Amino acid sequence: MNAPIQKLTAKDYATDQEVRWCPGCGDYAILKAVQKLMPELGVNKENSVFVSGIGCSSRFPYYMNTYGFHTIHGRAPSFATGVKLANPELDVWVVTGDGDGLSIGGNHMVHALRRNVDLNILLFNNEIYGLTKGQYSPTSKVGTRSPSTPDGSVDLPLTPAVFAIGSGARFVARSIDTEMKHLTSVLTSAHQHKGASFVEILQNCPVYNDGIFDSVKDKKQAADTRLVLEHGQPLRFGQDNQKGLRLNVQSLSLEVVTIGEDGITEADIMVHDEGNKVLAQMLAELQGPDFPVPVGVIYQAPAPAYVSDVYSQRIAVREKKGKPDLNALLRTGHTWTVE
Amino acid sequence: MSVVEALEQGTELSDVVVRFAGDSGDGMQLTGNNFTEATAIYGNDLATFPDFPAEIRAPAGATFGVSAFQIYFGSDDVTTAGDDVDVLVVMNPAALITNLKDLVPGGVIIADADAFTDKNLARAGYKVNPLEDGSLDAYRLISIDITQRVVDTVKPFGLTHKFAVRCKNMWTLGLTMWLFDRSRDSAIEGLRTKFASKPDIAEANVAAINAGHAYGETAELPSGVDVYRIPRAVVAPGLYRNTTGSEALAYGIIAGGQLANVPLLFASYPITPASSLLHTLSGQKQFDVVTFQAEDEIAAVCAAIGASFAGSLGVTSSSGPGISLKAEAISLACATELPLLVVNTQRGGPSTGLPTKTEQSDLNQAIFGRHADTTLPVIAAATSVDCFDVAIEAIRIATKYRTPVILLSDGYLANASEPWHVPDVNELVPFPVEFETNPEGFRPANRDPETLARVWAKPGTPGLEHRIGGIEKDYDTGDISYDSDNHQKMTDVRKAKIDNIANDIPLQDIALGTDSGDLAVVGWGSTYGAIHQGVKRARQAGKDVSHIHIRHMWPMPSNLKELLSGYKRILIPEMNTGQLVKIIRAEFLIDAQSMTKISGQPYKIKEIEAEISAQLEALK
Repeated sequence: MNAPIQKLTAKDYATDQEVRWCPGCGDYAILKAVQKLMPELGVNKENSVFVSGIGCSSRFPYYMNTYGFHTIHGRAPSFATGVKLANPELDVWVVTGDGDGLSIGGNHMVHALRRNVDLNILLFNNEIYGLTKGQYSPTSKVGTRSPSTPDGSVDLPLTPAVFAIGSGARFVARSIDTEMKHLTSVLTSAHQHKGASFVEILQNCPVYNDGIFDSVKDKKQAADTRLVLEHGQPLRFGQDNQKGLRLNVQSLSLEVVTIGEDGITEADIMVHDEGNKVLAQMLAELQGPDFPVPVGVIYQAPAPAYVSDVYSQRIAVREKKGKPDLNALLRTGHTWTVE
Repeated sequence: MSVVEALEQGTELSDVVVRFAGDSGDGMQLTGNNFTEATAIYGNDLATFPDFPAEIRAPAGATFGVSAFQIYFGSDDVTTAGDDVDVLVVMNPAALITNLKDLVPGGVIIADADAFTDKNLARAGYKVNPLEDGSLDAYRLISIDITQRVVDTVKPFGLTHKFAVRCKNMWTLGLTMWLFDRSRDSAIEGLRTKFASKPDIAEANVAAINAGHAYGETAELPSGVDVYRIPRAVVAPGLYRNTTGSEALAYGIIAGGQLANVPLLFASYPITPASSLLHTLSGQKQFDVVTFQAEDEIAAVCAAIGASFAGSLGVTSSSGPGISLKAEAISLACATELPLLVVNTQRGGPSTGLPTKTEQSDLNQAIFGRHADTTLPVIAAATSVDCFDVAIEAIRIATKYRTPVILLSDGYLANASEPWHVPDVNELVPFPVEFETNPEGFRPANRDPETLARVWAKPGTPGLEHRIGGIEKDYDTGDISYDSDNHQKMTDVRKAKIDNIANDIPLQDIALGTDSGDLAVVGWGSTYGAIHQGVKRARQAGKDVSHIHIRHMWPMPSNLKELLSGYKRILIPEMNTGQLVKIIRAEFLIDAQSMTKISGQPYKIKEIEAEISAQLEALK
């Protein structure tokens, strides 16, 4: 475990397996970004573990030359919790999707987050079930036409970042599959964060839900449709960076304003504070077309991580009870001797 | 012969059954446990059967809220909690009406007359007070105003009426201890430890025990009721303690981890009657056991499998319904060939069924209850003490063969206690796991040529980075493979690995009797005690009958077919509708006879005895 940090490159993190996602899938870009990031994180390759559930995104571990476990549908956070509990020194990543992580595995996601298990959770959100051929998912917008909803879906979707904050996550971020620089920066922050890190990655499915994030991803529109969050910086966006978010104290909600109009000045624009949970909740809710979609670290408020606390408690007990002795334990309490 | 008759005739008693019954809030389990401890110290062999309702605090006086604790003790080897009750202690009318049917004619009833109020009588369904209408004339009734006596006794300690009344179970314990010449010392010591921070309550309870005992010494009791002395049992010399099955299982899991030289992750979700295992292990953090209360049954098994992947041994525990939830993940552990221990403390089913009652109806589930061809070893504990050895054996198999193992216990074993000749763990044979460390020629698909176990390479080991998962893997490389021939080969090797374990387990032995003859009674699990005594009594009566008890349910011992073929007739008693019998018939083409009981209660010795007679009669 204490071997010196290896000098590696992205290639060292690629496996000899043929990558089998559909041509044009956003997963390729994410894989490339992660493989490129890994050598920069200061973790030895043998100490990294990728755990996934079931779905297109969950094939990810097969393409990472680290330890990897492709498990069962929805349960990756539970397997990952077991890995981390068994060996807290491992750097554990969970790769999941909107169906895997928020539908069949929603319960495990809630508890991994509120327990604050030190995991880096990457949720690839393409708002559709890909591997089962295109059914609508819990993040699909109302009206999504799919094989199981030929007349359009009628149930309301959930917003992953809102779900995560509501579950008690202490690190919640959002990025975009093809924005390698931004994605890498968000993943680096997620990795540095001790405790559960939840990163939603907007990911295009070119086969079953193509273009669902176009308005946010399109470079020409991005300035107006995307709000890039930076801690300590005003929440400004727009072609000339003149638009921003102001808190309407009457309605306790954010509103889009333009600097220079209606007497709005820079001082009216809210400044991003990662540690402000109320602000984070409001930002997480924002959606187009009325609002820009926030990307970056929405919320970060470190708290003691579960596995560290489990081990601290064990150390405390051991100090109190002394060396474990099973023979002695079997002989405690009432015993009697037959001559 | 009832205890009273025995005493009147001057016969020495060899064994006695005592049952304490009252409201679930009356402290009957505590009373029973205290009496058990005193009996063990006295030197009788014993077995106990706690029988409590699913409701935590049922309305006072309700028949469905009656909690009972039975102890059978004697001078000979005792392997069941006994059939008929000799002495019945009842704290209210509901306890009397629900338990009287089990009392032998002439048996002793000790009743708290103060609890036989109009309200309680009506709630239990009595129109007239049975303590006063002569309906109990066939028994020796000791009707005492226990509540009032207790309140008077503990008055000096300044307890509120509510707390004062709560001491009545200890008063009853004191009287019962007098009746059987038990020492009060351990109970008194236990109370002082338990209530160390509340000395008033401790001393009030101690006073109650002493007052109950003094009552026995001084009061005029019905004829035939006097101190009964049961001769001490002859047992092997050594150090003893009492243990329940779930305690022994917890300690066996710790021992198994030590012998395998792997840390353990015990991941579980609360469910009756399995939770006590989680409680016991959670209190032993000084050992290499991390415990994890997961958000649900599925998360528990998944965390355990994750831990096994990471180089610990994952252990998960539940009861039937929870095991159903874990089934998909257990199949993943079969596919990825990781070690895993799954403990099923069976209870009455289906569904929620009878959560606090016992049953053996998950054998089919254990052996067959998963999708696809996912064969795995199944092992069953026969007695509370046996849980210790069985846990070690299960861990040996799981770690050596890199497979999930299902260990079957049940509600009776989990809660029943018996004396345990405490083993010296230093004398147990270790079976240390060897983790792969050499990158030379490493493939995650590599197998031990002899055991067929897949290599165990844990994350953190340089040069062994690899991926595993639920998709079928290539036999040689461990990469994903959809090849049809490969799937056949992988299915075959997974099966061969498990089948091969039959050569690494002890040959089937005979628990009692001979290796051939008229009749063999074949059992598994917690029916051990009743079958054993039933066969013993039948043999004493000159009948040609033997007892065979199977521990390795799957794969079965390699000599089992040959052994069973040596008897003219095979009888298989089970607490299910006939699960083992079908497996024996299917595997061995043996015309085994089925005997079943699905009442939530263990077999009685006399039920086994009667069926032995019927089977032998059928042979004629």
